[in-house]
Amino acid sequence: MTQPIIRLSGLDKFYGDFQALSQINLDIKTGEFFSLLGPSGCGKTTLLRSIAGFETSSAGSLHIDGQSMDGVPANKRPTNMVFQSYAIFPHMSVAENVAYGLKARKLPKVEIKARVAEAIDMVGLQGFDERASHALSGGQRQRVALARALVLKPRVLLLDEPLSALDKKLREQMQSELRRLQRAVGITFVLVTHDQEEALTMSDRIAVMFDGKIEQVASPQILYGKPSTRKVAAFIGMMNFLDAKIMTTSGDNVEVEVQSLGKLTLPLKQATGGLDGCNSVGVRPEMLTILMGSQTSEREIEAEVTEVSYYGDMTYYDVKLPAKEDPITVSMRNTAGRKVLEVGAKARVGWSTSSLLLLK
Amino acid sequence: MRGKSRFFNWFIGFFLLFLYAPAILLPVFAFNASSIVSFPLTGFTTEWFSVLLTNGTLHVAARNSLLIAITTAIFSTLLAVLAARASTRFSFFGRRSIMGFVMLPMVLPEIIIGVSLLVVIIQMGFELSLWSITMGHILICTPFCIAILSSAFMNLDKSLEEASFDLGQTRWNTFWLVIFPLVMPGIVASLLIAFTISLDEFIIAFFLAGTEPTLPVYIWGQLRFPAKLPSLMALGTVLLFVSIGLLLIADYFRRRGIRKTGIENTGGFL
Ligand SMILES: Nc1ncnc2c1ncn2[C@@H]1O[C@H](COP(=O)(O)OP(=O)(O)O)[C@@H](O)[C@H]1O
Ligand SMILES: [Mg+2]
Repeated sequence: MTQPIIRLSGLDKFYGDFQALSQINLDIKTGEFFSLLGPSGCGKTTLLRSIAGFETSSAGSLHIDGQSMDGVPANKRPTNMVFQSYAIFPHMSVAENVAYGLKARKLPKVEIKARVAEAIDMVGLQGFDERASHALSGGQRQRVALARALVLKPRVLLLDEPLSALDKKLREQMQSELRRLQRAVGITFVLVTHDQEEALTMSDRIAVMFDGKIEQVASPQILYGKPSTRKVAAFIGMMNFLDAKIMTTSGDNVEVEVQSLGKLTLPLKQATGGLDGCNSVGVRPEMLTILMGSQTSEREIEAEVTEVSYYGDMTYYDVKLPAKEDPITVSMRNTAGRKVLEVGAKARVGWSTSSLLLLK
Repeated sequence: MRGKSRFFNWFIGFFLLFLYAPAILLPVFAFNASSIVSFPLTGFTTEWFSVLLTNGTLHVAARNSLLIAITTAIFSTLLAVLAARASTRFSFFGRRSIMGFVMLPMVLPEIIIGVSLLVVIIQMGFELSLWSITMGHILICTPFCIAILSSAFMNLDKSLEEASFDLGQTRWNTFWLVIFPLVMPGIVASLLIAFTISLDEFIIAFFLAGTEPTLPVYIWGQLRFPAKLPSLMALGTVLLFVSIGLLLIADYFRRRGIRKTGIENTGGFL
């Protein structure tokens, strides 16, 4: 195992009495696309700025490339940042902005010129060199910010919600472009975002944060398929929750009493965050089926449709189960010949024990 | 509705008339060919302006005023840059009350400043000189400069500084390469405002002038001689246009500063 490019251990950050970060332990691997995901105000920016050197932590340590960053100021760290506002220098042209960091390093003029041209090419801004920076669109400003940071070949590129200011279409385009860029340069990217879809599509690994703490660190598939807590499950994608009570454990199995579904035996590994304190069962909408005609399933339960949302390719049903007050959601692909049910209709909901997660 | 807005138009009209009519009389009589300042006008002359060119005492007073105004502009702006930067970037104990005290001379009657400075300077055994006037002027100009520069510094996106630092530049160079060029319009505006205020200022200059009068003090002294009145009108005309010109330039720079940083402020939401 190679050493991590970034290692945070026991990091705390206080603003006065308010604890913005608590006990952050995190390893980020060299060359990966890593995302910090969490709701607004959970401390993502604070964590990113601690890595960049703009915030001094109250406790704990940060190592980049094995070097302690204790007392190393931001301008001496092997990291560069793309700011949320992009922070393009308004009185400089595109080329001057990109050359800024190289000039600070006092490189020879010829080399600066070559590297600036290369960086501007890389982000697709050919021909914009002399453009005044206030005459750029949002997407172009972002490209300048990227070029300005990447031209310095940092060990780590830090990006604070770089796509949040763009409209939907441009955002999707930039997502794949950022991914492509990251693969091309091979630099470790650490991206902050509150958009779970963005994190899932772009990242190799994601750290989910709530209230200054890291809740789970995992790949997108594991995060979605095996969230370790109810909080993570609810934040990433859609998840139905049913109250559950653990009865007994025997060997690799656990017996639980689940609301509406009754007494079940589940494998222990479906308690993804450990069995301690589990009090609910989670199931994704796509793991449930509305059974038609003679269709059967491992298990089934009678329900009543209370809401239908038709999306063209998909239909989302809210269905009410017996002995559960609020409805749960079932998503169905609208394949050929499948009828869309109406509100009030009776439905048979098919499910399987293997798609249930035991969560706390 | 219409009645109300018509009333308002009349009000504005009268207000502007009262405000500016006296000032318009200055150039009118400055070009009037009579040595008595009264209507009806008797003809056109530029004689009163040529009198100005040959008046030695006037030239000394003008030179004094210029010296004081330039020194005041530079020092007030320098102090204001430090104060504005400190108050917008750093939080320190008692920041609000300290800034309040610094801004106080803006609303303090000048006569109080003049008298108290006079007492202090004499008690401390210093001679009255151009320096004493200059110090008084710095005191009253600095708050205006701080007001202008605070908004210039406040409009500056903090992440610009951080970006510069992040890209490997030192704090010192960051100031000169990023902050200074962006607040430059504010600095020019501040210099011009302080210059204009100092050039026109009478009360403090009157109290603290020793044997060397400034232009306003000289003009006040000459008002006793009716024969000098037309040439004072000519001098007033010159000062009027210089002041207006400087204020217009100052405002141009202030606006340009807002435009520059304003673009940056909205940048993230385009
Ligand atoms: N300079 C500061 N002083 C006091 N509180 C701060 C400061 N910066 C951030 N905070 C607080 O720390 C928490 C985390 O902020 P931030 O890291 O910006 O969240 P995020 O980027 O996840 O939205 C927020 O509650 C915020 O109000
Ligand atoms: Mg943030």
